[in-house]
This record gives sequence, C-alpha cells and structure tokens, in this order.
Amino acid sequence: MSRMPTVTMTRHLYRFFPLLENCTITVPAGSVAEVLREVNAIAPGFTDYVLDEHGALRRHVQLSIDDVVVLDRKTLTDRVPDHGTLYIFQSLSGG
Amino acid sequence: MANMILLGTRKGTVIFDRANGAWRPRPIAHAGIPVCYAARDPRDGTLWSSLDHGHWGPKLSRSRDGGASWDDVLSLKYPQGARYIVKVLPTPDFDPAAPTGKPEYAPATVYKIWNLAFGSAGQPGRLYAGTIPGGLFASDDGGDSWELNRPLWNHESRGGDLFAGDATSENRWMGTPASIDYGVFEPGIHSIIVDPRDPDHIHVAVSTAGVIETTDGGRSWHSRSRGMTNDYSPDPEAEWCHDPHFVTACAGQPDHLWQQNHCGVFYSDDGAQHWRKVSVLEAGVHFGFPVAADAQDGRTAWVVPARSDMARMAIGGSLFVARTSDGGQSWQAFTNGLPQDNAYDIVLRHGLDVAGDTLCFGSTTGNVYLSEDRGESWHCLGNNFPPVYSVRFG
Repeated sequence: MSRMPTVTMTRHLYRFFPLLENCTITVPAGSVAEVLREVNAIAPGFTDYVLDEHGALRRHVQLSIDDVVVLDRKTLTDRVPDHGTLYIFQSLSGG
Repeated sequence: MANMILLGTRKGTVIFDRANGAWRPRPIAHAGIPVCYAARDPRDGTLWSSLDHGHWGPKLSRSRDGGASWDDVLSLKYPQGARYIVKVLPTPDFDPAAPTGKPEYAPATVYKIWNLAFGSAGQPGRLYAGTIPGGLFASDDGGDSWELNRPLWNHESRGGDLFAGDATSENRWMGTPASIDYGVFEPGIHSIIVDPRDPDHIHVAVSTAGVIETTDGGRSWHSRSRGMTNDYSPDPEAEWCHDPHFVTACAGQPDHLWQQNHCGVFYSDDGAQHWRKVSVLEAGVHFGFPVAADAQDGRTAWVVPARSDMARMAIGGSLFVARTSDGGQSWQAFTNGLPQDNAYDIVLRHGLDVAGDTLCFGSTTGNVYLSEDRGESWHCLGNNFPPVYSVRFG
C-alpha cells in the first residue's frame, strides 16, 4: 500500500507557521521543490522562509530525504518518494 | 515632541513609550530575532521592523495597530534577471588575475533590508528600502508590493544593465563588511533621504560607493561624492569607492546634509554638490558611524565619535556626544550623564536620532541614553538591552 511522503521540520518554523505544529504533514511524492510548494499551499509564506527569491535553498537551511542530505540546493530536483520523509533543518552556521 | 522610540536590536524590537514625562519600554517584540532597523511612518503611524533572521532570510514586519500585532511582509524581492558582478574578498588564496579576466555574475537575492524611508505627505503609501546587495526598492502601496529601482541597479558604475547581458562598464562599487555575515562582500544602501520640498529629489548613500542623487524620481542617478576623501585609497578623491557610514539632512533646510564617513565627518550646504571634511581631531570628532541633523538649523548636528576604524570603541573609555552649531567649524563635547571610565561602546550608523530637543542613542553594548536638552546632558534608559542596531523616534 502506498503512503505519501511526510515532511518534518525544525520546531523553530512552528513559531512562524503555528498551524503546522502538532500535525502530520503529508504531501504527494515529487521533487523537493514540489514538496515545498505543497507545504506552502498549506502554510502560505513557508517557502519564503526556506528558499530565496530564485527558489534556491537559503544558506543556513539544510534538507535531507530520510538520512540523505539534499545536495542540489539550487533547483531542488531530488525526488521525495512515497514512504520518504523530507526533513528541514536549520544549520548551526546560521547563528 | 516624540512619544515613541523604536530600537532595532540583536534580539528584537524594543519600543519605548513616553507617558507622564517618563520613557518606559514595552516587552520586546520579535523576541530572539535580529532587527537591523525599526521605524514609525509618521504619515499613518505604521511601525516597521526589518528582521534579519539568521536562517530564514530577511523579512519586513509591519504593525498597523501601534505594535499590538505584526505581520510579515514577504514581497520585497529581486526580480528575475537581476544580477550583480561578484566582488571577491582578497583572502590569502585570492587570485588577482581571476576577477580581472572575466567578471563573475550572481543572481541578486536580498541579504539584508538595511533601512527604510518614507515618502512625502503627498505620496501616501510610498516607501523606500535600501538593501544589501545594493538595490533600492520602492513601494507605492504601503509595502504590499515593491519594485527594484532599475536605473540605479543598472547604473554604469555597477557595470551597466546586467538584465540585458554582460557588463558594459566597470563595477566601481565595493562591498561592505556588513555583508560578510551572509557569505558575500557586496555593497549596501543604508541611507535614503527624500527631499521634503520635492519628492523626486532623493539622495542615497552606499557602503561602499558614495553618495548618489536623483532629481527626476529615480530615472537617473549621479554621483555626489565630490569633496569626500578616501584617505586609505591610492586616489583619495576618486569618484567612487567612498564609505559614507551614514548620511542625513536637515528637514527644514534640506540642502544641508551631514555625513559620518569612514574617513571623517563631512558636511554640505549645497545639496551634496560639494562636501567638506569637518573633522576636528583634537576634539575627538573624526571616526564614527551615526550622525543626526537638527530639523530646523542646517548647521547643527550631533555625532557619537569613536576611536579609529582599527579599534571601533569609545575614545579613552569615555563616551561622549559632540555637537556643532556652526557647520562643523567647531564641536562641543558633552559628557554629563555618560560613562567616563571603562566604556567600550560603539554606536552604529542608525543608532542615534533626534526629535526636537530630544536625542537618543543606543550602543552595541546594550546601553541606551536619552537627552532632553539637545545633547548637553544624558540619562540612561537601560544598560542591559541587546546590542542596539537602530534608534528612531516615532
């Protein structure tokens, strides 16, 4: 039985998007960019926090698909599969 | 008389209210988030804070209910195709041949919204924002949407129209150390002065480029750095590469402009057509970041001097404010109420403001001082604030 990908994020983001707290975020499988757009549809403005105006990952944000760090930070083409989890971290480098 | 002071601090926005003759701070807003600039729009009372999130990118925050609630303003973005010529920091592995061979371009992204300015009373909704990496933005709807000023962005001093293709001229703008936290070395617009007599007449100041003026509402821009000197440069009087730390003007006599520059204090009484250095080294007036101009008398201004660009702290452990009332020919130092021993404060470029006879400044050591007699005596509003980036009366 298929299961849609899940998105898990640093609780820091719940401060700005409280409606995401305490809920399981599931979205259709797709590229990282598509998954983030789905989260943005749930919580408008979300992508402005993790991406810059060109759709690239902000410098001090890290993503991983399960335990694999996302290396394509500019176009975010890595696929988040069914059963996969996209993790959104804040880098320690961000202060 | 102003009844509000807004502080932009390392840990949020602090608002003081004046009631019954006393200034009292509210609980901090934007707690934990760096705020590099905060100000009140005098036209409609809207409060603005420029958030400098470490992780989540720069954001404007707007309050239309006097600070009771704040909303994100996410619309200030560089348009697709906006590029700049990358400035390469001269690190130990810097290859001097590489950047001269072929310019490196980068898509522009907002690193920092360094300051805000408000249009004239006849331009409701007009706002300006100065950014790193050097773009000036304007809004005509109270900040709901913003547009990059392309004539300044595409100026020949920055390489020309990089939307259209590669550079057609040399990029003469340099970076500001304030950009290094973002992993780049790019310029920033930190001062925007709208002429109260003519809203199409605007000066901006750029670290590091100089003072630039438009008289046609931003359709064309011209360098206005004549008389400024770059003491450390091979050509101290070059047209570009000046480092004005902050520029302001007398509201009642807008042709009188004041500038605290990396290389001294400068003054112009002809609308920035010519500047002259008015540092008085023996009075300690030379290096620093902020300057405030009297609203009525263009010859009167205040600075908070610091010890040299190499040290960047109070001179001799003694904090003082200097005032001139003769266009910088002489300066009077005021120490009453300010610490005279073991003070290491530095006041940043937006960290001093004046409203009538009242002045306020805040330092990066979290000290905030207020004067109600034109800077002659001071009392402390608190010693334990976060590092202060901006002080503005509301």
